[in-house]
Amino acid sequence: MNIEEIKKNIEEDISSVISLNVLNEIKTKYLGKNGVITSLQLRIKEIPAEEKKEYGIMLNDIKGFFNDLFEKTRTKLLEEEVNRKLKDDAIDITLPGEGIISGSIHPFSRIIEEISDLFASMGYDVVDGNEIETDEYCFKRLNVPDGHPARDAQDTFYIDEEFLLRSQTSTQQAHAMEDNSEKTPIRIICPGKVYRRDEDATHSHQFGQVEGLVIDKNVSLADLKGTLEIFAKKLLGENTKVRFRPSYFPFTEPSVEVDLSCFKCGGKGCNLCKQTGFIEVLGAGMVHPNVLKMGGYDPDVYTGFAFGTGLDRLAMFKYNIPDIRYLYTNDIRMLKQFDRKGEE
Amino acid sequence: MKLSRKFVSDYIDIPVDTHALAEDMTKIGNEYNSEGKLISADNLVIGKVISCDMHPDSDHLHVCQVDVGSDTLQIVCGAPNVRSDMKVIVALPGASLPLGTIKKSVIRGVESNGMLCSLGELGLDHKFLKEEDINGICELNSDAVIGEDPIKYLGLDDEVIDFELTSNRGDLLSIIGMAYEIGAIYGNKVKDISLDYNESKSNIDDYLTLKVETSFCPLFLARRVENVVIKESPSFIKERLIASGIRPINNVVDISNYVMLETGQPLHFYDADRLGKVIGVRMAQEGEELITLDNNKRKLSSSDIVIFNENETISLAGIMGGLSTEVESDTKNIVIESAIFDPVLIRKTSKKVLRSEASNRFEKGLDPKRTYMAMKRSLNLLEKYADANVVGGMLEYKNIDICDKVIKISYEKINNVLGINLSKDVILNIFDKLGFTTDDNGNDVLVTVPSRRVDIGIEEDLIEEIGRIYGIDNIVGKTMNLPLRKGKYDKSDSKIRSLLFSLGLSETLTYSLIRDSEVSKYTNDEFEKIMLMDPMTEDRNALRYSLIPSLMMVYEYNHNRKNIDINIFEIGKGYYKKDNSFFEDKKLSILMSGNYYLSLGNYKKVNFYIIKGIVEKVLNYLGYKDRYSFVVEDIPKELHPGQSASIIIDHNVIGIIGKVHPNTSKDDIFVAELNLSILGKIKTSKMKYKEISKFPSIVKDVAFILDKDIQSADIIKTIKKSGGKLLTDVMVFDLYRDEALGLNKKSLAFKLSFEDQTRTLTDDEVTVLFNKIIEEVINKHDAILRDN
Repeated sequence: MNIEEIKKNIEEDISSVISLNVLNEIKTKYLGKNGVITSLQLRIKEIPAEEKKEYGIMLNDIKGFFNDLFEKTRTKLLEEEVNRKLKDDAIDITLPGEGIISGSIHPFSRIIEEISDLFASMGYDVVDGNEIETDEYCFKRLNVPDGHPARDAQDTFYIDEEFLLRSQTSTQQAHAMEDNSEKTPIRIICPGKVYRRDEDATHSHQFGQVEGLVIDKNVSLADLKGTLEIFAKKLLGENTKVRFRPSYFPFTEPSVEVDLSCFKCGGKGCNLCKQTGFIEVLGAGMVHPNVLKMGGYDPDVYTGFAFGTGLDRLAMFKYNIPDIRYLYTNDIRMLKQFDRKGEE
Repeated sequence: MKLSRKFVSDYIDIPVDTHALAEDMTKIGNEYNSEGKLISADNLVIGKVISCDMHPDSDHLHVCQVDVGSDTLQIVCGAPNVRSDMKVIVALPGASLPLGTIKKSVIRGVESNGMLCSLGELGLDHKFLKEEDINGICELNSDAVIGEDPIKYLGLDDEVIDFELTSNRGDLLSIIGMAYEIGAIYGNKVKDISLDYNESKSNIDDYLTLKVETSFCPLFLARRVENVVIKESPSFIKERLIASGIRPINNVVDISNYVMLETGQPLHFYDADRLGKVIGVRMAQEGEELITLDNNKRKLSSSDIVIFNENETISLAGIMGGLSTEVESDTKNIVIESAIFDPVLIRKTSKKVLRSEASNRFEKGLDPKRTYMAMKRSLNLLEKYADANVVGGMLEYKNIDICDKVIKISYEKINNVLGINLSKDVILNIFDKLGFTTDDNGNDVLVTVPSRRVDIGIEEDLIEEIGRIYGIDNIVGKTMNLPLRKGKYDKSDSKIRSLLFSLGLSETLTYSLIRDSEVSKYTNDEFEKIMLMDPMTEDRNALRYSLIPSLMMVYEYNHNRKNIDINIFEIGKGYYKKDNSFFEDKKLSILMSGNYYLSLGNYKKVNFYIIKGIVEKVLNYLGYKDRYSFVVEDIPKELHPGQSASIIIDHNVIGIIGKVHPNTSKDDIFVAELNLSILGKIKTSKMKYKEISKFPSIVKDVAFILDKDIQSADIIKTIKKSGGKLLTDVMVFDLYRDEALGLNKKSLAFKLSFEDQTRTLTDDEVTVLFNKIIEEVINKHDAILRDN
């Protein structure tokens, strides 16, 4: 037996292999029942006792040599096969992903949710309230009796002599006070739809408002300002400033118009703010004692503040929408722009 | 309210320019729309026409040589009234007029270095001008000095702030009120108004009797003047009326307007001879008629206050005079009315008839002291500028307290409400600037508020005065220290929104008001429509019941713009009336059309099952899994009868789903609506873990050939019933239609899962059960078992 010759044969056989099947055939040729190495193993019986040990070592050498080479080649072939398969399976990853159509949430809802989340986190209840209201709750309970000149500012849709479509979410002030039978402190906001007989580029006959009301002991105008500062910064950015101007609303006294520093120019002056650096955004004030009294609260014990603002305008500011009517036209191309997660 | 700077300067010194004044007024609560010069034209000089020759190449143009002081300019002029020696207003090259900038030019071959102006061309509203002031150039009097500013010469060098006042500040609808307000800013005192006049020995009682027959006129004053000369007003009156936005007419009419502007008290002048011996106030009779100054016959109602004489109704109190007693150019004797009428009734009548400067002032409430002051002021001016002789005595009806209000307030309360800390001195000084007198009582102060401030009645009003004069924006925001609590906030809507958003639908926002004929569509529910009494348009005259008509309009809008794949939803309210009560139900509506799924060469068009799948996802999400059913009954006529269903939970109809009827739209549109208010009343169980079987389940498939109209839900019902509790799930996994199956046949394939919580099921026992189920279906539904 010539070891070197057998090894050489093994090397020659295996090096030319290109597939696993052929490799397995070679394994049979050497290690199969009639294989070359198997036959050498069988011949050990014929070997004289004193040579048996040496013969055994030699056999193991050949066997080891074969197995090493076999495993190496097998691994190589497997790897080649995987690589070939991977190459075959490669696709054009730049083709578009399969798509369910994408949805969107309307800017009006986005603003309501953002404001509601903020105030709920500060302990305010978010209340809904009816849109069909009575003259009593929309006006009289808010210190606006029949014939009051302030009614001019709100041309109202009437359903009959008594019922109307609410022209302001302030209606919830009267309800919140009345519904709280314990007459304990109140913290609410009421976002929702309101209606007025008015329509042009900046007015829609239907629009959104949010009303806020806080009633407690020792509430002050400074508290109102602090609260609105949190609101303004959250909605329009940390650098937003709040400015008060005296004004008049029948249901608050003192009353203020609340301007926010222009989010577009940061207060430097631009077209949006008409070079003033500020934009009129909210109406607010201390709840009028008559309103407290009608709601069953003693104005000598309780004070409160209320504020209200237009949601459409806020949505327009926040999302840079130039015309209020775009909010109600529902052009799919406009709606689909609002397809991202909301702001936390 | 247009504030003339010249006018108000009669009563108060203003230490700042007009822009600063407007800004300062805004800071104390009086916003303005605009401010600026009454006439903005510049580069104007007084000139004199030296020569005026016909243009060689025109039959109406003149070539003028005009002396403008520093120079003599050749100017081509087209006005018919131009002539030599005339003093004129010259716009020099570079002058900016409302019609544009004046440039040197050549007009039909002749050089022209400027323009001769009419009053109309300077920018005055044409309502203030006579026709000749618009058509012809303005001729100045001979005393006009060549080279000087013609605007100043004409007294039109005024500046005007147009205020948008709040409705509580009726006192600011007067020059004197404005003067007090300005005084409160700068600390200056308001000057006295001249109220003197002489009166004759005769007495009005000899001429006239006053009869006030209604409580809606708490104060009525009447006086008589004689021998007035009606002529043009002195220029200062005309200029101030123009600056205030009122057209000058003649001295008498102008004086009544002038006094109204000064004092805020509207006056009415009657021709005394035509008035007769009686003047009275009463409520109108329902249906009576009156011809007003504008020559309109007005039908009156019982809420109108009217003035009457011996014979008839002569005037609509506070709104408009009548034709029969009007002051005319031949009027000699005048009766002056200065009165207060009920603001609410004036408002009601004026909304019907005419909103005027006068009615606006009556509506906002008047100071009775001014009613007297205005009377005196009118006598003062009529004597001076209309040569009137004032008859002695005054007819007076008074049913009103005329006194200043006294309000007690503590310094602490002022600071507490404003959230600041002002010293007593600062507070007292502010009251002083406002012209309120004070009496300091240590912790409290007694404040006497002049009657002109009709808006002030309670402590809070005083707090506002302190706040606004101190500077309300000087208040520093505080972080409130409120007890911790969790805000109640129902986020259901927002969660449904997120779900539909992730299912690919876009949210819309539509109007609640729609056309009444649309209200009853897409529903068979019985209810009463809610109509508006005063709609803006017929398109929006009723409140919607269903949101589907709104979404259909959105579909139309987008479809017309070639926007395809319209898959939208909205959460909003539907409104109705039932048994005399109003209801608002919250509804979720979905509309789907076009493609729902898109990818390369592979897209999925919306069909009934896609929108059904989405509705099911919503219902499952809300906790109603396995509780709802889709039933073909009560389908509204706008929906396809064979592709629509009512959605039912526990015998409540909670919604509708279906394809839009081909008669309504030719397009494939699918809609669904869920009534979230009804759903909210149907309780759901809590979300809880259910034990998963430790033993494997056995799954078996079966297909049946059935009549086309047999519903899968019925087969599932049969399968479940005979499968018992070991059958844990049934799913339809294939629908197959082919003529080979037979006429009007279909094949439905089901996947059945069997499972036991306590042991492994044997194949044999499942096979027995499975065969029983198959037999049941075959018998009950005339089905044929389909073997592959």
